[in-house]
Amino acid sequence: MEFIIQLLVFLPLLAAIVVGLSTQSIDQIKAEVITSGSLIISAILSAFVFYKVGIQGQTQIVEMADWITSGTFSAKWTLRVDALTAVMLVVVTWVSALVHVYSIGYMHHDKHVPRFMAYLSLFTFFMLMLVTSDNLIQLFLGWEGVGLCSYLLIGFWYTKPSANAAAIKAFLVNRVGDFGFALGIFAVYLMFDSVQFSVIFAKATEINGATVEFLGEQYDAITLICLLLFVGAMGKSAQLGLHTWLPDAMEGPTPVSALIHAATMVTAGVFMVARCSPLFELSQVALNVVTFVGAATCFFAATVAITQNDIKRVIAYSTCSQLGYMFFACGVSAYSAGVFHLMTHGFFKALLFLGAGSVIHAMSNEQDMRKMGGIYKKIPLTYAMMLIGTLAIVGVPPFAGYFSKDAILESAYAAGHAGNWFGEFAFWVGITAATLTSFYSWRLIFLTFHGKPRASEKTMERIHESPKVMTIPLIILAIGAIFAGFIGYKSLHMVDSDLEFWNGSIVMLAEQGVDNPDGTSEIVSSKINVLEEAHHVPEWVKRSPLVVGLIGFIFAYLCYIKLPGLAGVIAYFLKPIYIFLYNKWYFDELYDLLFVRPAKRIGLILWNIGDVIIIDGFGPNGIATLVKAISIRVSKFQSGYVYHYAFVMLIGLVGIISWYIYARV
Amino acid sequence: MFSELIEIGLIHYLAVGAIMFTLGICGIFLNRKNVITILMSIELMLLAININFVAFSVYLNDLVGQIFTLFILTVAAAEAAIGLAIIVIYYRNRGNISVEDINQMKG
Repeated sequence: MEFIIQLLVFLPLLAAIVVGLSTQSIDQIKAEVITSGSLIISAILSAFVFYKVGIQGQTQIVEMADWITSGTFSAKWTLRVDALTAVMLVVVTWVSALVHVYSIGYMHHDKHVPRFMAYLSLFTFFMLMLVTSDNLIQLFLGWEGVGLCSYLLIGFWYTKPSANAAAIKAFLVNRVGDFGFALGIFAVYLMFDSVQFSVIFAKATEINGATVEFLGEQYDAITLICLLLFVGAMGKSAQLGLHTWLPDAMEGPTPVSALIHAATMVTAGVFMVARCSPLFELSQVALNVVTFVGAATCFFAATVAITQNDIKRVIAYSTCSQLGYMFFACGVSAYSAGVFHLMTHGFFKALLFLGAGSVIHAMSNEQDMRKMGGIYKKIPLTYAMMLIGTLAIVGVPPFAGYFSKDAILESAYAAGHAGNWFGEFAFWVGITAATLTSFYSWRLIFLTFHGKPRASEKTMERIHESPKVMTIPLIILAIGAIFAGFIGYKSLHMVDSDLEFWNGSIVMLAEQGVDNPDGTSEIVSSKINVLEEAHHVPEWVKRSPLVVGLIGFIFAYLCYIKLPGLAGVIAYFLKPIYIFLYNKWYFDELYDLLFVRPAKRIGLILWNIGDVIIIDGFGPNGIATLVKAISIRVSKFQSGYVYHYAFVMLIGLVGIISWYIYARV
Repeated sequence: MFSELIEIGLIHYLAVGAIMFTLGICGIFLNRKNVITILMSIELMLLAININFVAFSVYLNDLVGQIFTLFILTVAAAEAAIGLAIIVIYYRNRGNISVEDINQMKG
């Protein structure tokens, strides 16, 4: 079992190293076979591990080696596979394996396929490292590793300036989040004297209530830690404020968008929050922040998605919005619902992205939905797959999204019903966003596949169904998108209130009492079990996601099929709102004004004054100039006339003799 | 008449030597025209030293000084010959022997 887990984690690394170190010499086919093959093996092993760990409940901890040992600090290379990790392993390896296979078809004409495949495999390794980590340091390694691979893959087409800019943007925005995350890890070590999860979580209730002094103020330690960790999660999972990199990341090849910016890497934040649930549970403030940010992102991204015209950007904002769902689920303590949605979302969003890739492939690299339309007859398989993905994201039973989204919304309602204002807020925002989700998802389908063809005739003629190597991954993902929700909900009981499936990897505090050292007893949490309450919500709450989904569908149908001019008319009458949404709430412009330009100005000042004038002026250049000036003067002595030298010698001789005589006297 | 007034002694000879030596030095340093002048100046300085030698020889009643003078004259002759030879070679190479132009060692 230990060997299987190690093999499963390290095979992608091995493939990445083998292919990555020989990108110049290796055949395209060999690179594809090595990377895809090892990923498929990993995927099969992960299914086995899921069976053992997830279903039979055998949590595995594989200790491999010491990593850092310094004083009382120690970080070990340890693979920890519990139920939470097992779910992530399945999602990551399966989606990754399918994306690898899909890439063989999608990237067929690219000259740098080996490099691409090596990056993909390396990414998968870091992602596996992230989800199997047993301590925060190892988690951070995976965290930064996936960030690096994300950078490399967004900028894969490095001759495109926009791709480079997007890659740098993604990296920098993530640095902001990672800074918070690193501080969070420091704070954890400060409070717990350890970075190992088991130690931290065991000591969590002990530390509860302790304070940390910062700038002369006392802050609640757990709240501070959770908020700092959450900043990291916000960066990686593109939550409101740090989301700006995700839509731009669509500059990368489509398989990358599917794997990294939809199914796996961006969900790392949700995973981390779920992993740290014993900590988050202790801080209502942090949970409220998580709920609020999640709900706000959910709404924000959904509103932006309805106005975008680039097919990939719509899906990117949709991802952002769905991540918001996951976060507010975590925020109302329904971590399992969040992770459940993460899993189902991984399948249907990867499906949507790869489907979009297939459309783009068919449309000769056209990404603008205004130039598509009426192509469903020409690529029926892709159309069917996109339809399944859409049904899943909209939440039509029995597709995957129905179960997970319902669980989230019901949990939020239950939390709100129990008096958590943020839960109430999240519920209503979630319902609104569900309407918008339905609208923009159907809009995407209608604009892309229905209506009159708007592409040029030449493009229309060349439309063809993608090769099997691309469609088979779509079909497998579609199967996941159809059944993942049902299986997770009904067979695996992932969102049951007793959290039995999670086997301790996710913790929910509900009406628990602890004994204080002084003998008194107090209830640390007056929380209700939202997952339990979620089953007892009113009927209309259970129905509402479906109803709003239908409303969204009808609107989209009206706007884009029945009355194709309607959308334009609405946009005309609501022009300010439309422009506001179309420009993504002006976040980019705001950041440009607030951060980018001042930073650039400060940079210019530091460069011109600090660097050029002060450091160079007094440093290297200054010394060089001084030496040169002195040398010029000194070299004037070297007149080259013998009699000058002779004269100096004479004067010197006289001088020495005089000195000798007078010194002697 | 003068012999009664001034007796020419060691100090006068040394003064003449010193003046000649200084003239030689000045000849070297102030001369801007010709390398041959420099050679002549060096010759002059050697002669000044010879005068010193001879004067001291007489004053101290020691013949060694005068013998030394003969040696110096010989060396001076040889040196003048070598010096002139160098100048001839130099002239052949550079086309003139003007001191102004001899500055190849300029830094």
